[in-house]
Amino acid sequence: MNLQGKIKDALPGWLNEPTPDGDVVLSSRIRLARNLRQLSFPHYAGEKQLEEVISQVNSVLKSSARLLPDYVLKRMDGLGQLDRVLLVEQYLVSLDLINNPAHRGVVLNKEQTVSIMLNEEDHLRIQSIFSGLQLKKAWELGTQIDDQLESQLDYAFNEEKGYLTTCPTNVGTGLRASVMIHLPALDIVDQVKRVLSVLPHVGLNVRGIYGEGTDSSGNLYQISNQVTLGLSEEEIISKLVSVTKQVIDQERSAREALLANESRLQLENRVNRAFGILTHARLLSSEETINLINDVLMGAELNMIPGIKVQTVKELLFLNRPAILQNLVGQELTPGERDYYRAAVIREHLTSAKE
Amino acid sequence: MWCERCKQRQATVHVTKVINNHKTESHLCEVCAGKSGKDLGFLFEPNFSFHHLLAGLLESEFGVKSESFSQQKEESHKKCPTCGLTFTDFRNMGLMGCANCYDLFKDHLDPLLRRVHGSIAHTGKVPKRTGGRVRVRKEIEELRSKLQEAIKREAYEEAAKLRDEIKEKEEKLN
Ligand SMILES: [Zn+2]
Ligand SMILES: [Zn+2]
Repeated sequence: MNLQGKIKDALPGWLNEPTPDGDVVLSSRIRLARNLRQLSFPHYAGEKQLEEVISQVNSVLKSSARLLPDYVLKRMDGLGQLDRVLLVEQYLVSLDLINNPAHRGVVLNKEQTVSIMLNEEDHLRIQSIFSGLQLKKAWELGTQIDDQLESQLDYAFNEEKGYLTTCPTNVGTGLRASVMIHLPALDIVDQVKRVLSVLPHVGLNVRGIYGEGTDSSGNLYQISNQVTLGLSEEEIISKLVSVTKQVIDQERSAREALLANESRLQLENRVNRAFGILTHARLLSSEETINLINDVLMGAELNMIPGIKVQTVKELLFLNRPAILQNLVGQELTPGERDYYRAAVIREHLTSAKE
Repeated sequence: MWCERCKQRQATVHVTKVINNHKTESHLCEVCAGKSGKDLGFLFEPNFSFHHLLAGLLESEFGVKSESFSQQKEESHKKCPTCGLTFTDFRNMGLMGCANCYDLFKDHLDPLLRRVHGSIAHTGKVPKRTGGRVRVRKEIEELRSKLQEAIKREAYEEAAKLRDEIKEKEEKLN
């Protein structure tokens, strides 16, 4: 079978080059919370009202087919559980949306850079996501889609409070902007906590992608804005970008420091050992893989492994995930089978990249 | 027996589950048993339990106010005519029920918003079609700064045009 072709299909469409500051930043995402004026918010709405949201959005899509080409609405109750989890793993919908699939939906564009969740916590959650540090681009696309929808939908908007949301923590701009960053060198020099602990003081949230709180086994973290009211969208985004750039600088200087002294050999040893396991193991559990990818990703970010690009290793982060893996193999797998196929897919992806 | 997950260590944890009369057994090592279910670990998006945090803040907000018991009781029965959410519901969940709730519970919401956001007034984007007066005010502001710029550049013809536009929009507001 043509595994490479299948790998490409299983990966999220937005996971593409170019990736500015891609040696540290994996992805940039914005989410806009919007509600319809006449209807109760999803948690307080009946089936009829929830369906009304879906049909109103559907008619906007139909009537603006020229401006929003290739936008498709999918109902969550029309998908199997595996396909739903796949969307979560590709960062296109949230776990909340699929936990309660009846009367829920998502609108996706062809590139998968835009997804609009319907009847999650709010009637609409417009998401735009790009690789690397491209928060402004994500905002520009998101706000454009927002304008397009608003030209036909009556939003719940209040002169004083702005866009009204189900949870008052999102009211105002309804904007949640976030970046996902990889901080392996700061972790080695034991400075992650020091650097990240500053962020809450400037109104930003931090969490580990794997694990809880600021402990993250893959050294992957998400930084996002806390405040949505009283600041403009541009202010929120430029603050997040400028703080992220400072974190990037810290990580890069930690990397330089590690490469400049005798720790370089230890670093190379660690990276190449991990690479050896990923290219030769016959069984890989997802936890073990996350830790190995962390090391190999650092190696790629430092140009330490000939022929291996950062992009290829980032793709491994997604291939590691159960639904993406099962989608790729084309059948449901038991945990034991997953470990086997995971190892096979990762091996294939890394070796074909090297050739 | 080898652990069925990692196949590297002895299985010492044996779990039998019966779901819908279907019996499943799993044999895991201690390491894997501890990690079981973490396959989807990254899917766990801690919501910072915002809703609970909010409910807590609201509770304390309510506590500081020296309202009499009967007033509190009256307040807790206040019900949104549009969606049916009561103040008690809001206090318990920290969630609004509809757009109208924001007007109805404004007095209780404002101190809360000030604490969470440090502000109670939106200064960002205004929807083009449904933004109403705010939108017009925003447009006037934008025109005013253009006017200042035009005057600086001594582009008086342009400035005159902008002045007319501003006047026209201001009339719309009255
Ligand atoms: Zn085990
Ligand atoms: Zn209401």
